Amino acid sequence: MSGILVVCEHEQGSFKKTAGELLGKAVELARALGTTVSAAVVGDVAADALGGWGAQQVYQVAGDFSSYSGTRTAAALHAIATAAAPDVILAPASYAGKDALPRLVARLGSGLGTECTDLRVDGGVVVGRRPLYAGKAFADVRVTRGVAVFSVRANSFPVPAMGTGRAPVQTVACTSVDPVVVVERKAAEHKTADLTEAERIVSGGRSLKSAESFDAVVRPLAATLGATVGASRAAVDAGYAHHDEQVGQTGKTVNPTLYIALGISGAIQHLAGMRTSRVIVAVNKDASAPIFEHATYGVVGDLFEVAPKLAAAVARLG
Amino acid sequence: MKIGVCVKITPDTDTRIKIQGDGIDANGIKWVVSPYDALAVEEAIVTGEKHGAEVVSFTIGDESTQAVLRGNVLAPGVARSVVVSEAAALKTDSLGRARVLAAAIGREACDVVFCGKVGIDHDNAQVPAMVGELLGWPVISRVTTFSAEGGRFRATRNVDGGVVEVVEGPLPAIMTAERGLNTPRYAKLPQLTAAKKKPIDTPSLADLGLSADVIAPAVTMTAWDTPPPRPKGRILQGDVDTVVDELVRLLREEAKVL
Ligand SMILES: Cc1cc2nc3c(=O)[nH]c(=O)nc-3n(C[C@H](O)[C@H](O)[C@H](O)COP(=O)(O)OP(=O)(O)OC[C@H]3O[C@@H](n4cnc5c(N)ncnc54)[C@H](O)[C@@H]3O)c2cc1C
Ligand SMILES: Cc1cc2nc3c(=O)[nH]c(=O)nc-3n(C[C@H](O)[C@H](O)[C@H](O)COP(=O)(O)OP(=O)(O)OC[C@H]3O[C@@H](n4cnc5c(N)ncnc54)[C@H](O)[C@@H]3O)c2cc1C
Repeated sequence: MSGILVVCEHEQGSFKKTAGELLGKAVELARALGTTVSAAVVGDVAADALGGWGAQQVYQVAGDFSSYSGTRTAAALHAIATAAAPDVILAPASYAGKDALPRLVARLGSGLGTECTDLRVDGGVVVGRRPLYAGKAFADVRVTRGVAVFSVRANSFPVPAMGTGRAPVQTVACTSVDPVVVVERKAAEHKTADLTEAERIVSGGRSLKSAESFDAVVRPLAATLGATVGASRAAVDAGYAHHDEQVGQTGKTVNPTLYIALGISGAIQHLAGMRTSRVIVAVNKDASAPIFEHATYGVVGDLFEVAPKLAAAVARLG
Repeated sequence: MKIGVCVKITPDTDTRIKIQGDGIDANGIKWVVSPYDALAVEEAIVTGEKHGAEVVSFTIGDESTQAVLRGNVLAPGVARSVVVSEAAALKTDSLGRARVLAAAIGREACDVVFCGKVGIDHDNAQVPAMVGELLGWPVISRVTTFSAEGGRFRATRNVDGGVVEVVEGPLPAIMTAERGLNTPRYAKLPQLTAAKKKPIDTPSLADLGLSADVIAPAVTMTAWDTPPPRPKGRILQGDVDTVVDELVRLLREEAKVL
């Protein structure tokens, strides 16, 4: 075998959007290279439907992987990579992608291009385009030895419609025991998409002035839009929002289609985390705030007036 | 018990990056400890104090990194530093660097090694997990609490989707620091003075049992550029109700995101 192997993540019995994004892109790349597309699935889930996204073959390691295990995931991916012997592996830049892929690459002795936002075929090989320095620079990344592994930031490619095709599933044996055990697991209080995968984000800054007003202004607008809540570091440091809600160079790097910044000045470290958002809306009472230089739509005004009215207007759309 | 910490020296987050060839223009850059590594340093010092253990730092970087290490790593409480400055180590990829760090850590027989969750320059988030794999140690990514007892660790990690897991496992192990783990201390003046006398060991690749061939890169990065400027946006101001209606219309009809 050769070709492109796509790591397909799943959750509670269904495949994540990133699986569709990456398979769709892999099909396009494979066509240009004249090669095949297969899927790697770690854990129990019905996987033949990945044929509907263009996988010609599925390799699956069975077992319960619902609590993350770095050792077992890396071993499973390595067993699949050995069975499938691909030239290229694509995977989402998720927690598992970031934790297990470097281990896989260390085993393969090859190379890894992280958090690519684009992939193309150039000179007969797959080349990634990736941000560096928190998006202040971009470069092409190539792997020149062994299996080329790329992790890809969520929302980089469209998710194709799933066809009715079915792919054969080959079970790959892998018995690895992790000496690390999960003794406690707390699910998120808020049931929205993870910031790094969210399609819509509403973020609040220092200007919210208290946790109460953050809860009263930012969260309801986010809820109306079905968006995930984000925050500037100033808002997190002041205790208005949670640590895991921070967007920026030392927080989450996000890539939504819609990013709404409420009372955020647009510091270089904040921009670093959200500048690749497709549409940026900034609400700020200071017309000279730097965020306006990056906004698709800038509203000069008081967020305490604008946000509730925006929520009401969106709610009227139904 | 001995504690290790991997420290990368990176441009300050305020830096405006200018491209020069396949890399950045290093002129005028202020170099700092990568912010997540500052958390790792603090955790290493705290853990060292708790267990009466020596703390050693590991860096791959040129000679200029030594001054940053003295002021920000040795002064607040790390006992000594190991710095690898050989050209081949400075010019390789993550796996090459992980081989160097794994060899340096291996010489010291550390019980736990703290790293940052990501180096804020190349943003790879690769090196710690590769070091763990090479050493055959468990790796726990994005840790917000850590404790050790009787040859085992207990840590809290942030996995995707806001899920928080408490994990336990055997030492030695690698931990990568996430924000919330601690608040790094600043060194006091006497500590800054004392740090000038702390040892910095600079082994060659040969000292580490490595060669330029063994750590040769498999990853190339070319065609560096700054991000394309965003097209000029539209500023809305005036009566709030009118502005909000116009914004919703634009989001629906022009941007097609509602
Ligand atoms: C090492 C390092 C790492 C960092 N990492 C990050 C990071 O990851 N993420 C991050 O966000 N920051 C980060 N920062 C901090 C960053 O430099 C800024 O301090 C921070 O982003 C500012 O947050 P803010 O925009 O909420 O606050 P401010 O800069 O104080 O801006 C508040 C804005 O709200 C506006 N405003 C006030 N009242 C209203 C109102 N009623 N209606 C409308 N607008 C109003 C003001 O005009 C102003 O523009 C980092 C800094 C350092 C040094
Ligand atoms: C002149 C030059 C040439 C380069 N050539 C290449 C090349 O050919 N191919 C390529 O892929 N990359 C190259 N690089 C980039 C370099 O390989 C990356 O810096 C490296 O892969 C680590 O990535 P990262 O900094 O994103 O680390 P991450 O993996 O994000 O770092 C996470 C953590 O690992 C530890 N760590 C990482 N690096 C170090 C270090 N140097 N010392 C101590 N601890 C560390 C720290 O605790 C850090 O917080 C080059 C860089 C330079 C300056």
